[in-house]
Amino acid sequence: MTLEAKTKQTVVVTQTMNHPKESKLKDFLSILMQNKAAMVGAIIILFYIIVALFAPLLAPYDPYEIKLENKLIPPSPDHWMGTDDKGRDILSRILFGSRLSMGIGFTAVIFGAFFGIIFGLVAGYYGKWIDSTIMRIMDILLAFPGILLALAIISALGPGLTNVTIAVGAYSIPLFARIVRGSTLEVKRLEYIDAIRSLGANDITIIFKHILPNILSPIIVQGTLRLATVILSAAGLSFLGLGAQPPSPEWGTMLSNGRDFLFSAPYIAIFPGLAISILVLGFNIFGDGLRDAFDPRMKK
Amino acid sequence: MLMFILRRLMQTIPVVIGVTFVVFIIMQLVPGDPAVLLAGEGASKDTIEAIREQLGLNRPLYVQYFDYLMNVFRGDFGVSLKNSQPVLEEILVRLPITMELAFFSIIITIVLGMAAGIISAVKPYSLTDTTVMIVALLGISLPSFWFGLMMMYFFSVKLQILPVAGWESILHVILPALTLGAGGAAIVARMTRSSMLEVIRQDYIRTARAKGLRERVIVYKHALRNALIPVITVVGLQFGALLGGTVLVESIFAINGLGRMIVDSIRMRDLPMVQGGVLVASLVFVIVNLCVDVLYRFFNKRIELN
Amino acid sequence: MNAENRPILEVKGLKTHFHTKRGVSRAVDGIDFTLRKGETLGIVGESGCGKSMTSLSILRLIPSPPGKIAGGQILFKGKDLVSLSEDEMRKIRGNEISMIFQEPMTSLNPVIPVGEQIAEALRLHQKMSKKEARDKAVEMLKLVGIPSPEKRAKQEPFQLSGGMRQRVMIAMALACTPEVLIADEPTTALDVTIQAQILELIKDLQTKLGMGVIMITHDLGVVAETCDTVAVMYAGNIVEHAPTNKIFSDPRHPYTQGLIASLPKIHEDQDELKTIEGSVPSPYNMPLGCRFASRCPFKQPICHERQPELAAQPDGVKVRCWMYTSQWTEFQQQEAVK
Repeated sequence: MTLEAKTKQTVVVTQTMNHPKESKLKDFLSILMQNKAAMVGAIIILFYIIVALFAPLLAPYDPYEIKLENKLIPPSPDHWMGTDDKGRDILSRILFGSRLSMGIGFTAVIFGAFFGIIFGLVAGYYGKWIDSTIMRIMDILLAFPGILLALAIISALGPGLTNVTIAVGAYSIPLFARIVRGSTLEVKRLEYIDAIRSLGANDITIIFKHILPNILSPIIVQGTLRLATVILSAAGLSFLGLGAQPPSPEWGTMLSNGRDFLFSAPYIAIFPGLAISILVLGFNIFGDGLRDAFDPRMKK
Repeated sequence: MLMFILRRLMQTIPVVIGVTFVVFIIMQLVPGDPAVLLAGEGASKDTIEAIREQLGLNRPLYVQYFDYLMNVFRGDFGVSLKNSQPVLEEILVRLPITMELAFFSIIITIVLGMAAGIISAVKPYSLTDTTVMIVALLGISLPSFWFGLMMMYFFSVKLQILPVAGWESILHVILPALTLGAGGAAIVARMTRSSMLEVIRQDYIRTARAKGLRERVIVYKHALRNALIPVITVVGLQFGALLGGTVLVESIFAINGLGRMIVDSIRMRDLPMVQGGVLVASLVFVIVNLCVDVLYRFFNKRIELN
Repeated sequence: MNAENRPILEVKGLKTHFHTKRGVSRAVDGIDFTLRKGETLGIVGESGCGKSMTSLSILRLIPSPPGKIAGGQILFKGKDLVSLSEDEMRKIRGNEISMIFQEPMTSLNPVIPVGEQIAEALRLHQKMSKKEARDKAVEMLKLVGIPSPEKRAKQEPFQLSGGMRQRVMIAMALACTPEVLIADEPTTALDVTIQAQILELIKDLQTKLGMGVIMITHDLGVVAETCDTVAVMYAGNIVEHAPTNKIFSDPRHPYTQGLIASLPKIHEDQDELKTIEGSVPSPYNMPLGCRFASRCPFKQPICHERQPELAAQPDGVKVRCWMYTSQWTEFQQQEAVK
């Protein structure tokens, strides 16, 4: 007796006609391009990548060269961001520091994502005791508040850039695992997965060829936002003296040094902090934009 | 409700045991022989062997873990490698300070965050909303250790209205608590706003409008209560980030809390202290999470356990 | 005209448009109808035809922006609701004109006891004290047939079944004895047996309280059971407006005819249900002529060129179709000559 059922079929047909599969990426990009904030984020990230790549060409001075006669010069035409207590040009150090922060950030996130994705896929796909075992372990890792798991790992491995990268990467694993598991469960329920299995595909093929490509968007969003957190955490650990060691131009280390001169030369602390803040801001707004673009519910 | 709390408590036990296991395992990763470290340089082979025997380091790993677990349950966290004082004693001196700092910070996170989120959501896409959300975005992007230093520079060095560091009066609390609470406040503000906007679209808000209620009543009576339920969970998670953040903030403002103890102990390679500090902080977080879940359940009676 | 028969609600040329990035969506595009005291008017149509938007427009609950009442009048007891201030409008909502929504599961606030949800309208509109309002809320729950109403009043919606929640919705809508009740698909989300009970209840209370009811539905069964007259909507227009028995026995508009033909008939063997070919035009891009023309089996060139008016037939049935105009034979002959 209802009129609704009758129209449904035509509605479905028109919808598929309006959205052919090939235009999905194009749709996504056009939504992303329309999101002004996301574009600002992308430009910031691009800017930092270029700076990191061309730091030796851009830097006006040697970031490591100690010239005590030049120490503690406030920002001036010769030294745009001033010099530190050892006479090193802060701008040059910040330009070189971008290589470290970006390097740590990407390495740690790729490390965390790699293991997180594998754990999440296996847990979500196989379910049962495998799922509950893996996820309980992830729960335990998440029971460590914030940066403390990373601290514990560093306390065992010892301070240093590599160890900081491993530590902050490791504490990203459970976050990726959770998201990947959730999406895997959703995709696994789709009928076509059953169809592929009935055609004789093995688990590896199904997981990596059919499930993984379908859950990339939440992984990419999480990865982008995670980059922001990881860069903050790594800089924080270096600030505490547990990561990069002086004279490394790592931003957290520079900030830590600047803290001793907060009264007399605040610019030593101001500029590295600004460099971190703007980069993290870039990742955060780009991540927000990606999420909006991937999530059709957010479209207005 | 009582059943729920009991069941939730039962679920907590394996997590707590798991946390002790992870802490134990991490300490096994330490390169070098702890007995050699403990004996100091130039100790004789016999001394090292004696220490190994004394600490039970020559026994299988699982026996050592079991011993460790039993000791933890008895409240024996071992002794500091630096001054041979019991670890627990030091922790009990430090923990109240950190909890005090965490308490003020979480209050800032909740009050500031929710207020900002509501202000934003009441007039979405307005100038006020945009401003608040830009500030919130900055809040999640600024490193706390830099933000803290900048506030210290501004309020303590330039204006000289707040003390630079230490932990004595209520004035000493302001900057550290603000530093520690700001990031969480930003996240809570974003969450409150999106939750409010989600709720405003619900059918029951339309029902409330159809009843002829005033917009104010609709926002504060009908929308807010529902919108805040998911925010409770976020606040719980923020408490974890906040506990972790004490490491940085206590170092910046020279506060002798648990966080600073952990950092100093790592620098001095005083592993039992690190172990104890991380374990206690994690237990606090587990307990807070438990309370948050119970609260959530209390406000949202419709959910079932898993 | 006697008092029982006077119109309480007259909708004249109502247009509700949505301004979005894709353009202007003309969800409701010039509709007219009159509701009398004690009468039940059915508005039927498929989803998206504008029937729900019509009901929301009457209470001025269109989400704005992007929605906007772009023209026309809604005369309630002679007062034009379109031009009232927001404050004046609030005094009418839930008091003189009430509404029941489709989804009882989501239309009640999950964290407020149902008794309080009924009572707040009473305190607001009838200036009752807390106690009076609470007592009246319990009385209303009793009136809509909820057992142990005192206990239920203190419960939250998740403790009630779907049918019970819809009863609560009705109690809430009727608490202030409104003169007009708009029921937007009140039974769609409910089981068949509960459906019948709820419809019965609405009919019952209508007789008791003497209000006018607008029944929005896509279910012709509901129409047959409850309505005195029916307005059939298609693509933002009313295409036919007639007494209920005439709609079923003598449908005029080709769309109405299609609807009636598509009803499954119990006494005949049917291999398949008849459906209407084609699809509804987009509200962003309405055709110049008759909106049903592309799907109409009787269409002539004129149908694509000019939109027909909703015109009254000698027997009072109103229909928006060129077939029932005096020029129709002319159009047919012209076409035949070609």
